[in-house]
Amino acid sequence: MKRLLDSDALRALARGCAVLGAGGGGDPYLGLLQALQATEDFGPALLVDLDELPDDSLIMPCGGIGAPTVTIEKIENGDEGARLRDHLEYMTGRRVAALMSAEIGGANGLLPISWAARMGLPVVDADGMGRAFPEVPQVTMHLAGISPSPAIMTDERGNLVVFRTISGHWMERLERAAAVEFGGAASATEYTLTVAQARGATVRNSVSLAISIGQAVASAAGSPVDALITEVGAFRLVTGKVSDVERRTTSGFVRGSVLVEGLGEDAGRLIRLELQNENLVALEQGRVLASVPDLISVLDSETAGAIVTERVRYGQRVTVIAFACDPVWRTPRGIAAAGPRAFGYDFDYLSVEELAGAAP
Amino acid sequence: MPHPDCRLGIDVGGTNTDAAILDSADRVLAKAKVACTPDITGGITAAIDAVMRAPGIDVGRITHVMLGTTHATNAVLERRKLRRVAVIRIGGPATYAIRPMFEWPRDLADAVSAGETIVDGGIEFDGRDLSPFDGDAVARFLGEVAGAAEAVAITSVFAPVSPRHELLAAEVVKRELGEVPTSLSHEIGSVGLLERENATILNAALVDVARDVASAMQEALAVHGMQPATFFAQNDGTLMALDHALRYPVLTIGSGPANSIRGAAFLTGTTDSLVVDVGGTSTDVGVLANGFPRESSYGVEIGGIRTNFRMPDLVTIALGGGSVISLESGAARIGPRSVGYRLETEALVFGGAVATLTDSAVATGRAALGNPRLIGEHRRLLEHAARQADAMLADAIDRVKTSKGDRALIAVGGGSILVPDDIPGVSEVIRPSHFDAANAIGAAIASVSGNVDRIFHIGAGGREAALDEACEEAREHAVGAGADPGTVQIVEIEEIPLAYLTSPAVRIRAKAAGALGGGQQEQHLHARLARQPRAGRQSGPAARP
Repeated sequence: MKRLLDSDALRALARGCAVLGAGGGGDPYLGLLQALQATEDFGPALLVDLDELPDDSLIMPCGGIGAPTVTIEKIENGDEGARLRDHLEYMTGRRVAALMSAEIGGANGLLPISWAARMGLPVVDADGMGRAFPEVPQVTMHLAGISPSPAIMTDERGNLVVFRTISGHWMERLERAAAVEFGGAASATEYTLTVAQARGATVRNSVSLAISIGQAVASAAGSPVDALITEVGAFRLVTGKVSDVERRTTSGFVRGSVLVEGLGEDAGRLIRLELQNENLVALEQGRVLASVPDLISVLDSETAGAIVTERVRYGQRVTVIAFACDPVWRTPRGIAAAGPRAFGYDFDYLSVEELAGAAP
Repeated sequence: MPHPDCRLGIDVGGTNTDAAILDSADRVLAKAKVACTPDITGGITAAIDAVMRAPGIDVGRITHVMLGTTHATNAVLERRKLRRVAVIRIGGPATYAIRPMFEWPRDLADAVSAGETIVDGGIEFDGRDLSPFDGDAVARFLGEVAGAAEAVAITSVFAPVSPRHELLAAEVVKRELGEVPTSLSHEIGSVGLLERENATILNAALVDVARDVASAMQEALAVHGMQPATFFAQNDGTLMALDHALRYPVLTIGSGPANSIRGAAFLTGTTDSLVVDVGGTSTDVGVLANGFPRESSYGVEIGGIRTNFRMPDLVTIALGGGSVISLESGAARIGPRSVGYRLETEALVFGGAVATLTDSAVATGRAALGNPRLIGEHRRLLEHAARQADAMLADAIDRVKTSKGDRALIAVGGGSILVPDDIPGVSEVIRPSHFDAANAIGAAIASVSGNVDRIFHIGAGGREAALDEACEEAREHAVGAGADPGTVQIVEIEEIPLAYLTSPAVRIRAKAAGALGGGQQEQHLHARLARQPRAGRQSGPAARP
């Protein structure tokens, strides 16, 4: 179903992207403003289903890479997406038919839409994660065996780099290093694919899902948190307040933990969240309540606004929810790429449904 | 500057203007509370007059006057007295994707902007040039807006890393427009381009508002033959010399609650506790940490505009001495309406017809005011409302706490009789004398501070060198704002790591504070107030509508 991504849809999308960020991906606020300006200046982008495009059409997955601290200061020029597209067409000799967010969670859920509006191209209703993850190869295209090369990275000045690497791991390493040279942030495309490939290699309907989440929260008759939980089929892990936050940065990642102390019906409970940019694991008395690749989001108990890990602080009244990731992340390849062991934990992945079902 | 003797603190609130005089031993000699006037200056004059009438006040001994006001917020909300600002962003070819003032309410942008531009230049997070600074483009833009611009706001990408392009642009402004008030973002806000730019534009727009308040105060003082050193209270509960405040009016925008928290600290001699300030209409709960109000870790909105300067971290609820109690489907409902300054005529115990929380306090025996017999048939409703108000207060207090465990609570403000002695999570409720003038007293005792919040590159000296550099800068800022160099100390330091970045850089926030010091700034003050240029207006009818 085609739909125009007008300013109302974009505002709802931004709220949803924050929830799907699972604590990571950066605050979508700037991505929203950028998309709103592009929409005002060039008209809204069109959201299309993969089935509405010819099988051999080329899709450009794209987004920003770098430090949120840089992106909140050095905002884009706006032309970056068009430059990526132009060079990708030059290299492949084919037209790009549509853009796709490589990552729906956080700011990257909005950025490709601002580019699409400027270029007059549609955006497909899919992405490469269904959430946010820190590394380039942590995408569903990688699980499907699609090559990340050729990847292209550009900056606001017009510098452009092409990467051809032997693996997703090398892509992550080289792109991260180049992003630092560009000034801590850049725009990039990897894992170019056709519509036919995308049907089995992306998380579908994730843009509509994010919009529905935002709309459910905005139009909730009662509690916005309840509306959100119903919308995504989430499990409520705890409602309480943040009683301790510990954060540190090691080799580019923010790691740490957050303690949430139950209030009301949950009084007496203590939930510990462990994070590395995103919320990775929720624990209660040593028992795992949920873990990656399932999504764990910290919501403001009053507004249901998702709180990114760098903004969690003492005293906030929060509801922690967990919900199922896309099934592809639950395959052996998916768990290997983004399960608990991929983040250094010594336990096997169990789905949030199994864990929540086992709750006392 | 004279050696500090008696100080006069003035706090302009939403309902009342408070004034208090303290002597050199910090004894409260006199205090006064008068109703605010629509033009603010009348309230200030009346408060000064009232407090001067107290017996035994020797006008000649008042060496320092400190003013706290949230007046600038009202000017923004009402779009009054705002200067037209030429908005210069230095960051091209980056940042075009979100133009300056894009998310501002249209009418406020129209009232404030004399034109906006983005020119090439700016800094990278590691200190390199993003692109070469284009001074010619700045000059061309200024040529276009020369008739309309009454102030200039300059914001460079990563000015918190290096202000060098902002300083170059300021030179171009001086060359092209002469002495027009110019606000530079690195002096106003921290990392976050749009929020810092917004705060800088607001700052430039508020120059006249600050100057009017300062003039009103000077005139009121002159009537009493006083020529004291004058200071403004700022958002973090410390003071700025008046000439500083005239350049950074936006930094005084949230000084009211900060004054109350500082006043509570002073009146009780504590440095760490919870503070509740109950007024006529609303209650602020904040945290006193290390002698200062704990600050919010992210930006505040002013008139619908995101900014990122530091404000006290507060939980505010619509509950005050004048809050109206109504009966709604069998239950008591509190506020948000308040009888405000009409409490002494409209409340039940004063013979009025409106049930208020002050009546509840009387009904539950917490206060002896008016005539308790007038409560009559309302007793049950009032008792029920008191229980509900206690629960609201307890919840607000719990929300600002940062850790488990009971904490002491200082209750100040005219409505603090509402605060019960027994609150879950509170070890004791401290009710200092002069609780009703804590805000004015807080303004009078405040110290002078300097802040640093920017990105430091970790070089050969490692983290320690970066921290030392931050502390040294904060100390210099404090002295620049009027602190006595001998007393300046670092009161807060925080390192904030940068995510998704492997390069060794760190954001450091540091605050230094010291006692009121000597300095020459006020000697030039009257002259300065008199001859501040108004670029746009000089050029005639192009001034604002």
